[in-house]
Amino acid sequence: MSNAQASDAGVISADGVPLKVSLARALRRQKIRALMLIAPLLIFVVISFIAPIADMLFRSVENSIVPDTLPKTVVALQEWDPASNEAPGEAIYAAMHADLVIAAEQKIHTRVGQRLNYEAPGVSSLFRKTGRRVDRMEPGNYKEQFLAIDKDWGNVEIWRTIHRFSGNYTSGYFLSAADAELTPDGIELVPENERIYLTLFVRTLVLSFTITLTCALLGYPIAFLLSNLPMRTSNMLLILVLLPFWTSLLVRTSSWIVLLQQQGVINDLLVSIGILDDQNRLELMYNQIGTIIAMTHILLPFMILPLYSVMKTISPSYVRAAKSLGANDWTAFWKIYFPNSIPGIGAGAILVFILSIGYYITPELVGGTSGIFISNRIAYHISSSLNWGLAAALGVILLALILVFYWLYDKIVGIDNVSLG
Amino acid sequence: MKSMYTLATAAAALMAMSSAQAEDMTIVSWGGAYSASQQAAYHDPYMKLNPDVNIINDESSNEAVAKMRAMAEAGNITWDVVDVVAADAIRLCDEGLAIEIDPDKDLAPAPDGTPASEDFGELLVSPCYIPQIVYSTTFGYRTDVAEWGGKEPEDLCAVFDTETFPGKRSLEKRPINNVEWALLCDGVAPDKIYDVLSTDAGVEQALAKLATIRDDVIWWSAGAETPQRLADGEAVIGSTYNGRLFSVIEEQKQPVKMLWDWQVFDLDGWIVPAGLPEDRLKRAMDYIYFATDTQRLADQAKYISYGPARKSSAPLVGKHAELGIEMAPHMPTDPNNAKNTLLYNYEWWADNRDDLDAKFQAWLAQ
Repeated sequence: MSNAQASDAGVISADGVPLKVSLARALRRQKIRALMLIAPLLIFVVISFIAPIADMLFRSVENSIVPDTLPKTVVALQEWDPASNEAPGEAIYAAMHADLVIAAEQKIHTRVGQRLNYEAPGVSSLFRKTGRRVDRMEPGNYKEQFLAIDKDWGNVEIWRTIHRFSGNYTSGYFLSAADAELTPDGIELVPENERIYLTLFVRTLVLSFTITLTCALLGYPIAFLLSNLPMRTSNMLLILVLLPFWTSLLVRTSSWIVLLQQQGVINDLLVSIGILDDQNRLELMYNQIGTIIAMTHILLPFMILPLYSVMKTISPSYVRAAKSLGANDWTAFWKIYFPNSIPGIGAGAILVFILSIGYYITPELVGGTSGIFISNRIAYHISSSLNWGLAAALGVILLALILVFYWLYDKIVGIDNVSLG
Repeated sequence: MKSMYTLATAAAALMAMSSAQAEDMTIVSWGGAYSASQQAAYHDPYMKLNPDVNIINDESSNEAVAKMRAMAEAGNITWDVVDVVAADAIRLCDEGLAIEIDPDKDLAPAPDGTPASEDFGELLVSPCYIPQIVYSTTFGYRTDVAEWGGKEPEDLCAVFDTETFPGKRSLEKRPINNVEWALLCDGVAPDKIYDVLSTDAGVEQALAKLATIRDDVIWWSAGAETPQRLADGEAVIGSTYNGRLFSVIEEQKQPVKMLWDWQVFDLDGWIVPAGLPEDRLKRAMDYIYFATDTQRLADQAKYISYGPARKSSAPLVGKHAELGIEMAPHMPTDPNNAKNTLLYNYEWWADNRDDLDAKFQAWLAQ
């Protein structure tokens, strides 16, 4: 009897509630308590990190400024066929007039002018100029009056641009970020003399790989030395590794300029000991070599420290055991020590690669024209050209690229294989 | 719990302190020698007259436009007066981030009673902008280059003449100024430059001219780079702001000379952010009225070699405060220096900057 009851309702706890339910309740309470403990951090991360990034990324498709500022024009333009080679009719000019009067009063007509100027050079001054005179227009015959202000109002290209960017959302920024544009015939690459972003994306990846590789090659022996020397000496050496880490980034970059420039320390030295002719000084900076050298130096601690902490945990008895079983020095290192240190290489490589992919100050100062990264263009669009939509689109692509590489890394090496010691 | 309480009192005390110092005024400028000249000519005298105002310097003019847009979006304007170049002022005005100024009401007339709008004249390039100084972007060259055989550059086109004047050139990593200079030296008449540049062929022509010296160019992005390269001998001729060259030549005594030919005039001045609360706006306008009068603009030229933007200030320019040399001959506006000049074409660049910059950067990356 009691057995049948138990199998019907499950095991019952002392207060008559099924054990499963009561267990779940207890666990839930625990979970809520744990969540409350991390809540301040969670809220902080969401408000100060995730929300701003999401907001910034959203700008890459956001285009509400055009329909918000020119609502009547946008509606009226639905009637117009952009494929026709004729400027729109009087009705659309009247709508544009009605929109611009309101916009000019609120002084926002220049903003929409600037937005459209990214797509068609000249719109900015067209809107600024028209906004100054729009409230003095006579009613009726708007087309003529617009054309009297500037003959560009009769330019089909200008109207096509307004038509194309009249939606609340746009793919325009992403197309620009991929060196493409939307033409009446569909998506096309921009003319060759304006392509830049694809080149820069490829270059950023190639240079970041190179920097990661040089960091690994230079960092591995140092970390090996650090972890195998007696504590006293290794601590001294560790300070030497950390010292540049604590020095300002700009100071380190500037010292590389002093060292690498053509009239700099390295070239002077090579000339004075007769290896180089004074006329043929080496070009060590304002190119990719400069970027690689300076960034390898700056990012080296990020490779050495994880490597060091992993190597510290590799017991010397493994290598001794290998040797006692007949392995020579190289085999013992390659078969036993190196595989054990791979998690450190993985952690260091990820750190260095991700950091270098987003670097821009050092490439800007020592990279010349061939050694700059995509981040330099993002910085330019954020702070100089104010084209935040394009900057956001470039940022989204960069973020997506990093995630793809992270996924690839997980597939090939395995993210569980990464250790910080 | 007790420590929480102390924390809360400390925070309350801090907040009380900041409201007690409500007279702080944040002025944004470029830093370095330029901010120092403003401190001496404007800030210090103003604080002497208004002991209850405390001016705080912020050196963010370089990214002022981006930061002001971010502040406006966040609804928290922390700056009171901002120093920007004219192109940025136009942008800020277009975006509605700066307030419009009525020169005759908000600015002091000249000592002889000339209204400010006439005194500044055509330099009032935007309704939001009060210019302080005229500066120029021009070339400096080393005087001790052995390969030049005693010759010295006399005109702008020496920059493009790598036969007579071999060596590295230092040019700015953006199209503005460079394309104008390239076209001038490619035989385009000065008044036709922007007509030519408005066509694709014109841009090609300018870039082709620049391509002739491309292998000899080191590009700069910060104004301090060319003076440094000239001093190190890393470059033999290079463009930068005239005040930077003044300090290399007169203060650091380097073997460098100015080549004023076809210097490009540009302006630097004040804007007041839109959206300031009433009391701060009043103070900012009071400061602007004081800092842009005839005597104050002339005073700034004692500390740095930039020309005052008011016509009435020019006769008052005196000697350098420390070096004791006459400043007038070092002004970009001095007749001897200003034989051939270009005035930065704000309207044209506001329209074409993004487009041309994309082409220029693509050309650089090739």
